[in-house]
Amino acid sequence: MLTYLKVGLMKALVIKNLKKTYDSGLIALRGIDLVVEQGDFFALLGPNGAGKTTMIGILTSLVNKTSGHISIFDYDIDADPISPKMLIGVVPQEFNFNFFETVIDIVINQAGYYGIPRALAYERAERYLTQLGLWDKRNQVSRQLSGGMKRRLMIARALVHNPKMLILDEPTAGVDIELRRSMWTFLQEINNQGTTIILTTHYLEEAESLCRGIAIIDKGKIVENTTIKELLSRLNTETLVLDLRHPIQSTPTVPDCKIVLKDALSLEITFPKTLNVNNLFESLSKQHIEVSSLRNKSNRLEELFIGLVEKKL
Amino acid sequence: MNIECKTRIKINMVGLYTIVRREISRTVRIWSQTFLPSIISMALYFIIFGNLIGSRIGEMEGIRYIDYLVPGLIMMSIITNSYGNVVASFFGSKFQRNIEEMLVSPLPSSIILWGFILGGVVRGVIVGVLVTLVSMVFTKLHLQHVWLTLLIAILTALLFSLAGLINAIFAKKFDDINFVPTFVLTPLTYLAGVFYSIRLLPPMWQYVTHANPVFYMVNAFRFGMLGVSDIPITTAIGVLIGFIIVLYTASLWMLKKGIGIKH
Repeated sequence: MLTYLKVGLMKALVIKNLKKTYDSGLIALRGIDLVVEQGDFFALLGPNGAGKTTMIGILTSLVNKTSGHISIFDYDIDADPISPKMLIGVVPQEFNFNFFETVIDIVINQAGYYGIPRALAYERAERYLTQLGLWDKRNQVSRQLSGGMKRRLMIARALVHNPKMLILDEPTAGVDIELRRSMWTFLQEINNQGTTIILTTHYLEEAESLCRGIAIIDKGKIVENTTIKELLSRLNTETLVLDLRHPIQSTPTVPDCKIVLKDALSLEITFPKTLNVNNLFESLSKQHIEVSSLRNKSNRLEELFIGLVEKKL
Repeated sequence: MNIECKTRIKINMVGLYTIVRREISRTVRIWSQTFLPSIISMALYFIIFGNLIGSRIGEMEGIRYIDYLVPGLIMMSIITNSYGNVVASFFGSKFQRNIEEMLVSPLPSSIILWGFILGGVVRGVIVGVLVTLVSMVFTKLHLQHVWLTLLIAILTALLFSLAGLINAIFAKKFDDINFVPTFVLTPLTYLAGVFYSIRLLPPMWQYVTHANPVFYMVNAFRFGMLGVSDIPITTAIGVLIGFIIVLYTASLWMLKKGIGIKH
């Protein structure tokens, strides 16, 4: 079905000066510029109400833009609104399928809307529902599925026409950690097969684990657009929380480190990334402090995110 | 015709088939809400107005009253069912947001529109056939103009499917999809000459009845079945087609604009 669409070495998504003002007067997007490379696993982060869902709504033609230009795999959505739709699959934030239809019907009907004949649609539905652990539930009415199953159903539905770009709006919201990790593995496989993925999420660990490119949107504007690697490299300190084997009374001192005694059995140590961590533990050892376990104080990306959104960096 | 054009036509045809199939599946799945009520209520009309009261009325326009009643009641079933199918299905899709499944797809608005209205036409015609079969229990039907009768049935179902779609586009809550059928459609149908010839009315009310679009459909259908009508058949068909063109253009424009379904 997609044979006539040319998808060569071009940008997956180019957004120029995208603006959206709702009828109520609410300005959701204030001139977004964004480029997503083909094959990227791209994170779109931002606080609630930042404009992420509006932007996705415009990309998927559910929201009419006020102004700006968008091209998807070089197809301008104004000049040719049909071709970009063939290339996009979308997993929305809210459940938006018919609760009275069966799982298999939902996926096969979606394929039909993309011109895929029923026999081929059935094959694809079987493949994706099996991969997402829903094949056994295929004849079940969708409202009877659990929250996690409903999310996976929307992923299967979005993939049934083999899109070149998959947009997921908080796909793991409310999903337990085990299921979330299995969804990550699945999405990574899809990405490895060449599908460009754009993901919005509130789980910053998710963005850090999965994504290469990242944009942070706040109050309708992109405040950062780079790679996760580059963004994380801006952190020049690391904070560890150490659990101690024996209680201590006074705070130890280590050159170049800021140490806080949280309680008699735990320390919080902030140190520059340039510091040799071996020297840190050697110094603690000399002060007769025995460390039983350690962990990062918080998600590293979270610190940057808060900094960018609050304009502290 | 280039490959791109052929592919798009194929996509549209598969998409149209999918929507119509889905609509018919829905209608059949909830048969007790879609087919049964019309059969029961029309059977009651035939028993009470046709047999019991009709036998005392005698003839209307030289035709046995029950025979005069049949086309009007079939038409009433077609109107309420085609309208009800599209308004409920489209609003349901809006309410559950599964209309977005179609909006994100490459299907043009015209295909989405035709998918829904064909679903309404199919239900309207099926119910029309079922009510006709029920009527045959009470009287003997002699169709005067078979193809004209079928044409009027289909055009009427098409028109009221479009009307149902427009109602659903504007509806924001379930009350809104019940308002028009209860307060507009039912009075218009009852006052369209389903149960009587407008010649029985005083001249002023005869004149007012001409402003009721359902009047033209009932009369055109009655002409197809019985060969009698209060108005010329060409006028009736002209009015019917005129309304279809206006409602089709309006609903397609609204869908393209995303009124009621997009932000």
